[in-house]
Amino acid sequence: MRDPGPQAAGDPSGQARRAAGALESAILAILRNAGEPLSPGDVRRRLEAGQGAALSYSTVVTIVSRLHAKGLLARQRAGRGFTYTPVDEVSLAAGRMTQALGNGTDHDAVLSRFASGLSSRDARLLRGLLAGQAGAASGGRDRGEERG
Amino acid sequence: MWLLYLPLVIPALAGAAARPLANLLEPRQATWLLTVATVALAACSMAALALFAAYAAARAPALAELGGYSQSVMRRGDPISAAAGVGAALALAGGALAALVMLRHWTGALAESYRRAARLSADDGIVVVPGPDIEAYALPGWPGRIVVSGRLLDRLDDDRRAALIAHERAHLDGRHHLFAAVARLAAAVNPLLLPVARAVEYTVERWADERAAAVTGNRRVVAETIGQVAFLASPRRRRAPVIRLGIIGSRTVLGPATFAGPVPRRVAALLAAPPPRRTLLLAACAAIVLLAGISALEAASDLHALLELAQAAAG
Repeated sequence: MRDPGPQAAGDPSGQARRAAGALESAILAILRNAGEPLSPGDVRRRLEAGQGAALSYSTVVTIVSRLHAKGLLARQRAGRGFTYTPVDEVSLAAGRMTQALGNGTDHDAVLSRFASGLSSRDARLLRGLLAGQAGAASGGRDRGEERG
Repeated sequence: MWLLYLPLVIPALAGAAARPLANLLEPRQATWLLTVATVALAACSMAALALFAAYAAARAPALAELGGYSQSVMRRGDPISAAAGVGAALALAGGALAALVMLRHWTGALAESYRRAARLSADDGIVVVPGPDIEAYALPGWPGRIVVSGRLLDRLDDDRRAALIAHERAHLDGRHHLFAAVARLAAAVNPLLLPVARAVEYTVERWADERAAAVTGNRRVVAETIGQVAFLASPRRRRAPVIRLGIIGSRTVLGPATFAGPVPRRVAALLAAPPPRRTLLLAACAAIVLLAGISALEAASDLHALLELAQAAAG
């Protein structure tokens, strides 16, 4: 199942876009009060129960995806889709901190990044390595001899 | 007198050998060896520079009077010119100053890291941050935190998430930031050791990679995770000609990867068999570092003997 991200959700019609603006805060409120991760289906049911407004599933997915893209919702993979939780103050602070830590060499002295970006030469080498491995199938052990 | 130069030559040798050693040795062994070596060699080269300066200073008439030794005897046995002595003293002061400045910056950054880690509440020590960044790092603290962007986690499947988290946890558990900092500090004292400090930064990554491979039980998944994250963290490039390279890549790539940046080298190492422990090589390297220490000590006792001789001549 592919990521139903904001792009994948497509460009909603003008009407839906206006509705979305009003619905975003309602959906955020539902998620904040839920106290547990909700799938778009859960959100839709609660919205219907609360407001009596019947929305299509894809509209709800569009809105939560947009909120996620804005950094207001965090999502977790659950089965074939995602569940969403509101991003709390701690995480928002952490997000700002990440940006702050990204600047300045002082912090590089303390942090170790998992993998930094690649030069174009390294990118080429890396693709070669990983492609070679895929070709060698289960030959992970045998390749040890090539190492010097 | 060549003993006096040995503590200055060996760091240059270590600088040249660091990268091959980082590739050859088992990462944990390599990290310990290279870190201890940087400290020992920085100390030895400082001692050698101090001796240079001391020899030159011993020529000064005022000091000869104060120490009650014969200046002429001292000058006859003294191999160091005044200019070299002054140069050594300046290098010594410069190195000490650079190390102090670096130490101050580093302690500041570490204190900030501890403060921030303490403020972040996290399940299992993992903090997921929102926003558009592809980011994952270990934040040292008490306890340390693993900070991962939600966008990155979304892109990884469960196995690769586990590999990523295991890698970062290995950094925190092993206090890898301390190794890197100590080596950098030593390189600030003696810039010839800079390649060794860089090698330590690489070997702690390898150390964490090997831990992640042990925890997840799958070297290839760790390799693929590193590759995927590195590509995600890189700006998009045109990739048309590259895919074809993969075909030749399977045979030729391990050679060039030895000279490549850290990410392809880490991936190549993980795709190969686990590195063996090479106790003999380790011992040989330790012996060379020891040689630098012994020659610095010998040179110091030479100076001491010369001073005693000059004192006897004066009295």
